[in-house]
Amino acid sequence: MTGVSAAGARPVAIPVSATLPWLLGALVLGLLIYYFIGIDEGAASVFGNTTVVHEFVHDGRHFLGFPCH
Amino acid sequence: MPLTETMSDTEAGVLARGLVRRAAGVGLLGGLVAFVFARIFAEPLIQQAIDYEAGRDEARAVLAAAAGEAVEPEGPEIFSRVLQANLGIGTGVVLFGLAVGCFFGVAYCLAWGRAGRVSARRLSLLVAGGGFLLLYLVPFLKYPANPPAIGNSDTIAQRAGLYGVMVVACVVFGAGALWLGHRLAPRFGNWNATLLAGLAFVVLIGIVMALLPPLGSLSANAGQVGPALTETPQPLRDPSGAIVFPGFDPDLLFYFRLYSVIAQALLWGVIGVAFAPLAERLLERGRATEEGESLIAG
Repeated sequence: MTGVSAAGARPVAIPVSATLPWLLGALVLGLLIYYFIGIDEGAASVFGNTTVVHEFVHDGRHFLGFPCH
Repeated sequence: MPLTETMSDTEAGVLARGLVRRAAGVGLLGGLVAFVFARIFAEPLIQQAIDYEAGRDEARAVLAAAAGEAVEPEGPEIFSRVLQANLGIGTGVVLFGLAVGCFFGVAYCLAWGRAGRVSARRLSLLVAGGGFLLLYLVPFLKYPANPPAIGNSDTIAQRAGLYGVMVVACVVFGAGALWLGHRLAPRFGNWNATLLAGLAFVVLIGIVMALLPPLGSLSANAGQVGPALTETPQPLRDPSGAIVFPGFDPDLLFYFRLYSVIAQALLWGVIGVAFAPLAERLLERGRATEEGESLIAG
C-alpha cells in the first residue's frame, strides 16, 4: 500500500504507463505557461504581431532571466 | 527483501495525481514568495533601469537631431508602469512558479524509486536543486538576466533562441548525467559515480557555452560602441567624443542580477522544502516506525 517495500529498502518506482495522463498533462501545462510567460511575443507569437502578453509580464520576464527587448 | 514488489495501476494513478497536484500547489506558493521579494527588492531597480533607458533615448534623440537624422518614434505604452510593476510582474512570477512546479512534479514522480535509496523528503530537495540549476542558474552563467535598457530589440529572436539552447542543453545533459551516474554506480560506488556524472555534465555544458556566441558579437550589434561581450549600453558620445550620457550603472546591473538569482533560489527553495513533507505523507504513509530514522536522514 505504501511506496516503500521494506524498512530502509529502495522505494518502489511509480510505473510510468499507468500515470502517463497525469505526467503528460502536467508537462504540457507547464510548457504552455512557460512559453507564454517567457517567450511569446518576443521570438515567436501565437496571436500575431502584438505585444500585449509581452508588455503585461514585461518586468517578470526580465527578472526571471528570459531575454526581453 | 521483496525487490519485485510493484504497484497496481490504480495506486500509481492516485500517487501521481497526488504528487503532481501538490507540486503545482507548492509551485504557486514559491511563485508568490518570489513575487513578494521581487516587488520589494527588484521593482525599484527595474524602475531605475527604465528611467535610464528613457534618459538615454532622449539624449540619443538630441544627438540624432543635431546630426540631421530622423528620430525613431517611441512605441506606444500599452500598460502603465503601475500595472506592470504590480499585477504584471505578479502574474508573471506566480505563473512561472506554477509552470516549474508542474515540471518539478513530473521529475519527482519519475525520480521516486529510480534514484536509489533516497527518502521522500531528501528527494524533494534534490529535485528542486536540480531544477534551479538546470532551468535557471546554469543558463544564467552564459546569458544572465538583464534589466530593461539592456538588450537590442533587433536581437530578441536570436537571444531567445540562444537562451533556449542553453536551457534545453542543460535539461538534456542533466538527464544524461543522471543516467550515467546510475550506470556507473555499481562499479564505482555512489560517491564516485556522482562525481563522474557531474564532471561529464560540466564538460559538456562547458563546450556548449564556449561554442555559443556572446550577445555583443551578434551581427545586429556590429558597429555599436563598446566591448563585444554584452549588449549593456556604453556611454553615449557626441561627434567630438565627449560623453553626453553615461553608460549603464554597473551597481544597478549587479544588484538586479543578484536579486534575480535570489528570487529563483527562493522559488525553488520553497518548492523543495514545502513539497518534502507532502511527498513524505503520500509516499511513506505507514512508516511511523521509521520516523526517527527519516528525521535524521531527511
